[in-house]
Amino acid sequence: MAYALQQLVNGLTLGMIYGLIAVGYTMVYGIIGMINFAHGDVFMVGAFLSLIALTGLGALGITAIPLALAITLILAAAITALYGWTMERVAYRPLRGSFRLAPLISAIGMSIALENYVQVAQGARVKPMAPIITGDFSLLTDGHFTAHLSVMQIAIVLTTLLVLVLFTWVVTRTPLGRAMRACEQDRKMAGLLGIDTDATISLTFVIGAALAAVAGLMFLLYYGVIDFFVGFIIGVKAFTAAVLGGIGSMPGAVLGGLAIGLIEVFWSAYFSVAYKDVAAFSILVIVLIFMPSGLLGRADVEKV
Amino acid sequence: MRFNFRAALKDAGISALVSIGLFGAMIGLKTDPGPTSLVLTPRPWAVVIAAGIVFFGRLLILFYKAWRPAGAPTPRRLRAASNQIGHYLTPLLLAFVFTLPFYAGRYWLDLGILVLTYTMLGWGLNIVVGLAGLLDLGYVAFYAVGAYSYALIAQTFHLGFWTCLPLAGLFAACWGIMLGFPVLRLRGDYLAIVTMAFGEIIRVVLLNWVSLTNGPNGISGIPRPTLFGLTFTAGGGPGSFADFFGITPNISQRFIFLYYVILGLALLTNWVSLRLRRLPLGRAWEALREDEVACRALGINVTITKLTAFAIGACFGGFAGAFFATRQAFISPESFTFMESSIILAIVVMGGLGSQLGTALAALIMIGGSEMFRDLADYRMLIFGLALVMMMILRPRGLVSGRVPSVSLGKRHKISAELLTEGHG
Repeated sequence: MAYALQQLVNGLTLGMIYGLIAVGYTMVYGIIGMINFAHGDVFMVGAFLSLIALTGLGALGITAIPLALAITLILAAAITALYGWTMERVAYRPLRGSFRLAPLISAIGMSIALENYVQVAQGARVKPMAPIITGDFSLLTDGHFTAHLSVMQIAIVLTTLLVLVLFTWVVTRTPLGRAMRACEQDRKMAGLLGIDTDATISLTFVIGAALAAVAGLMFLLYYGVIDFFVGFIIGVKAFTAAVLGGIGSMPGAVLGGLAIGLIEVFWSAYFSVAYKDVAAFSILVIVLIFMPSGLLGRADVEKV
Repeated sequence: MRFNFRAALKDAGISALVSIGLFGAMIGLKTDPGPTSLVLTPRPWAVVIAAGIVFFGRLLILFYKAWRPAGAPTPRRLRAASNQIGHYLTPLLLAFVFTLPFYAGRYWLDLGILVLTYTMLGWGLNIVVGLAGLLDLGYVAFYAVGAYSYALIAQTFHLGFWTCLPLAGLFAACWGIMLGFPVLRLRGDYLAIVTMAFGEIIRVVLLNWVSLTNGPNGISGIPRPTLFGLTFTAGGGPGSFADFFGITPNISQRFIFLYYVILGLALLTNWVSLRLRRLPLGRAWEALREDEVACRALGINVTITKLTAFAIGACFGGFAGAFFATRQAFISPESFTFMESSIILAIVVMGGLGSQLGTALAALIMIGGSEMFRDLADYRMLIFGLALVMMMILRPRGLVSGRVPSVSLGKRHKISAELLTEGHG
C-alpha cells in the first residue's frame, strides 16, 4: 500500500512536468495545426537557463531559497520566451500558409540546431546540481516501507498548479486569451474581425515557451542533472501526452501528462524500468486506435 | 525598390539586441564543474561575436531582399537554363555515379556509399510519404529490422548476404504491415506520432533485449558480402576475388564492390517505384495522397492500398538495413535513432515529395554537404539544423517541386508547385 502510494506521488509529480510541456505543444497545434518538434528543446533551453541563473545567483550571494527560485523562474521564463518568439519569427512565420510538411521539417531542423547550439555553448557533459530544496514528510508506513512526500514534490505540484491557474485565467478571462481562442477556431475569420493573428500566434509561442521553462526549472530541481539531449525524450513524451489528452485541448494536455507520468512510474515500479518508454508509447498507440481524437479532443469532422 | 540604409541598420540593430538577449546567458556564461559545485565562466567576447554575426547576417538578408523583392518572377533566361540543365541532369548523374570508382579514392567511395544508402532510404520512404501521402516518422524502424534480421540470420544459420537480403526485406515488409494495420484509421499528424512511437519502441526493444540483440553493445563480426562466392578479404588467399582473377589483393576492391552493390540496390528501388507508379496500385497511392474520401467514393480499397505502401516502403528500408549491416560489419541500436528517421524524411521533403531525382539530389546535398563540414566537429550538426530551416524557407516544396503526371492523355504537362493542393493522407 505504502509502495503504491509512493508511486502515485512520484507519478503525479512527473506528470505535472509533462503536462506543463504538453500545454505548449497543444496550444501551437491548436492554433496553427503544426507539430512544434523543437518544443522539447525549448524545455531543455529553459532547464539550462535555470541552471545558469541558479549558479549565478549562488555566486552573487543570493542564497535565500524562495528569492533565488523566484528570480530564476522569472529570468528563465523570460529568456526562454524570447527563444520561443525568435523561433516562431525565424523558422515558422515565413512558412505560414505553405506546404503542410515544410513547417514540420523546419521544426526538426530547429530542434537539431537548438540541441547542438546548447552543446557547443555549454559543453556536452552532464550538468549536475546539488539539491536546493530538501526535507520530506512520511505519509504512510507499511511493513518496512515508508512512503515519503518531499517538500520538492509539493513545491513542483503547487508551482505547476499555480502556473496553470494563471494560464487558464489568461486564456479564458483576458482579451489576449479571447484572441487566442478565436484564432484557434478560425484564423481567417479572426483576422477579418480585426485580430492581429500574427501577434496572437507569436504570443502562443511565448506562453508555450515560458511554461516549458517552468517545467525545465522543475525538472532540474527534481532530478538534479541535465544535459543538452534531455529535451528530446521528454519532448516526445510530452507530445504523446498532448495527443493522448486530445491535441488542441488544454485540460486534455494536463490530463494526458498526468496519465503518461503515472503509467511510466507504475510500469517502472511493478514491471521493468527498461521498458517504461515502450509502455508509454504502447498506451498512446492503443488509445489512438480506439479513440482517435484522444481523451478530451473533439472528433474531426471532415467536410467534403 | 531603393535600399533604405538607415531603416536596415535599425532593423539589424534590433536583431542584434534580441540576439544578445538570447545568447547573453547561454553563450556568455558557461557552466563548468568547480571544486564543490558548478561555477560560471564568463565569455563576453563570444556573445559580442555572435551578436555581430546576427547583425551583419540580418543586414545581408535585408540587402538581398531589396535587391530582389519576394515574388519577383525568375528571369526567363535563367528559367530556360534551368530547364536545359534539368533535361541533362539525370543522365549526367547516372554517368557520374557509374564511373565514380574509376577515379575516386577510398574516402570518396566511402562517402558515395553513404550518400547512396541515404538515397535508397529516401526512395523507399518516398513510396510511403511521397506517393501514398502517409507521413511516416518511424521509417528507421524498418531499417533496423532489416539490419538486425540480416545480422542475426547470418550469424545463427551461417547464411550469406545474398540469401539473407530477400529475407531481411520480407521481415521488414511484415513489420510494415504489422505497423500498418493499427494505424489505418489514423491520418496526418496522428499517423506521424504513432509511427514515431513505433520507431522508438523498436529501438528500446533492441536496446533491452540483451539475450537476442546483445543490447547496447551491438552485434559485431557480421559477414561481408561475396560475389558469387568470391570473398573480398584484405589478404587475398584461396576463394577470394583477387585470387580468382589473379590480381593483387587490395582492400579498395571491397569498397568498389560494396559501392556497386548499393548502387544496384538503390537503382532497383528507383526502378520499382517508377514502374509501380504506372500500375493501378501506384495510381491508387497517388490518388490516396490527393484525396482519401474521393478514393473511397471511387471504390478504391483504401486498406489494401495503404498496407501495400507501408509494406513495399518497409521492404526497401529492410534491404538498405541489410546492406548497412554488411557494410559496417557491426550494428548497435545507436544507429537507429529518431534522428535518422528525421534525416531521411528531411531528404524526401527537401527533394520534393514524389520526385526521384529530387530525393537523390537532396541526399547528395545533405549527407555529402554535412560530411564536408566534418572538420567543424560540434558545429557541424548546428549548421545542418540551420541549413534545414533555411532550405525550407527558401524552397518549401523541395528542390524539384513540379510534378509530372504519371498517366495522361496526350502530351504530359509538368504541373508547377503553385498549382498543387495538399493531400490529407
